[in-house]
Amino acid sequence: MAFQEIKNVKIVGISACVPKHIKDNRDLTLLGSQDEINKFIDTTGIAQRHTVDDQNICTSDLCYEAAEKLINELNWSKEEIDCLIFVSQTPDYILPATSCILQGRLGLSTECFAMDISLGCSGWVYGLSTMASLLSTGNMKKALLLVGDTVTVTKSKDDKSTYPLFGDAGTATAVVYESGNEGMKFNTGTDGNKYDSIIIRDGGFRNFFSKESLEVKEHEPGIFRNNLQSFLHGQNVFIFGITRAPKSIRSLIDKYKIDQEEIDYYVFHQANLLMNEKIRKKIKVESEKVPYSLDEFGNTSSASIPLTMVARLREKLRNGNHKILGCGFGVGLSWGTVVFNTKDLVCPELIEI
Amino acid sequence: MKNRFIELLKEALENDELEINMSDNFRDYDEWDSLTLLTVIAMIDEEYDIVIEGDRFDKLLTVEDLFEEIKKKTN
Repeated sequence: MAFQEIKNVKIVGISACVPKHIKDNRDLTLLGSQDEINKFIDTTGIAQRHTVDDQNICTSDLCYEAAEKLINELNWSKEEIDCLIFVSQTPDYILPATSCILQGRLGLSTECFAMDISLGCSGWVYGLSTMASLLSTGNMKKALLLVGDTVTVTKSKDDKSTYPLFGDAGTATAVVYESGNEGMKFNTGTDGNKYDSIIIRDGGFRNFFSKESLEVKEHEPGIFRNNLQSFLHGQNVFIFGITRAPKSIRSLIDKYKIDQEEIDYYVFHQANLLMNEKIRKKIKVESEKVPYSLDEFGNTSSASIPLTMVARLREKLRNGNHKILGCGFGVGLSWGTVVFNTKDLVCPELIEI
Repeated sequence: MKNRFIELLKEALENDELEINMSDNFRDYDEWDSLTLLTVIAMIDEEYDIVIEGDRFDKLLTVEDLFEEIKKKTN
């Protein structure tokens, strides 16, 4: 089990950007009758989502806006940003890495360390742990973690098992080196034997794109998709979420003897209400400490933890000290939990483009 | 244990009036859909502290099958 305690680093700012366009599940006939729509919304907690629709907005476009605004509010000069990590499974191109494109577009120094990480729902936690490790030696001082996905582009609009659940978002997290800072604590894990629980089968290098990739098949009643669109094994992912996430949270708290009372907020990956409430009850945390953004934005993959902080906790986090636990779990299958502190977090208002 | 299980199943199906027989094929209930399935999995996890993985669950057809699987796994 991977535990890490990484000192001398802290998060100083978080921002998020979503597309303006809203898809309302209350009008989604794909879900069936009005009763079936109501049942879906009651169970999943997802009433609407912000989606890129057909506007050709990429994850990098959302992250770019989030980054520009955050850099501006932090009063950072772009030349002093040493490191940029982009975490996403919806990059601009197969190659080059989107982090390189963003370094150029943001006008960062050519001395900047830039890399992509390909992870989804656990991605923000993994990106943060990677960045914290890189910074903790003090060789690099200021870093931008750009995390997000436009997952709705990968869903079939005729697949009721995936389409109504997801939204799009891009985020930026500013991390700095600070000698003597308590830093962050992580627990991370992977179960690659279940890699096909959430998968886009074609278009990579295992199964190249072919004419057959575009063939739409009915997999179950009401579930149509082709092999370039993502498949989700709801049942297995649900079981995974309600077992792994609470275990990971519990193990991190136990390992570092963290006083659970001292944690102000538990920010979970926004999967769905049924799953998240199960996780909350298993770790015995009162609902006031567990914010949700999925009612408004759905499941936004890797962006969900920072997006929830911006959309739901912004006013609180801007003032004073807070201890936060974040937990991401999903595609991979992969999961990660982090505990960190914030002080007067720079947190611009949610951006819409 | 059996009565309690049936009560919980009714709760998961959101129908207190439903008459449940052990020989019923639970997928035939009008209330059954993919979301009910998740609610039942959550109920079994909460009440019995076990999970029944997808491949195994697919092989269980009747209420009896489900109940026996839980008994087997909790013993």
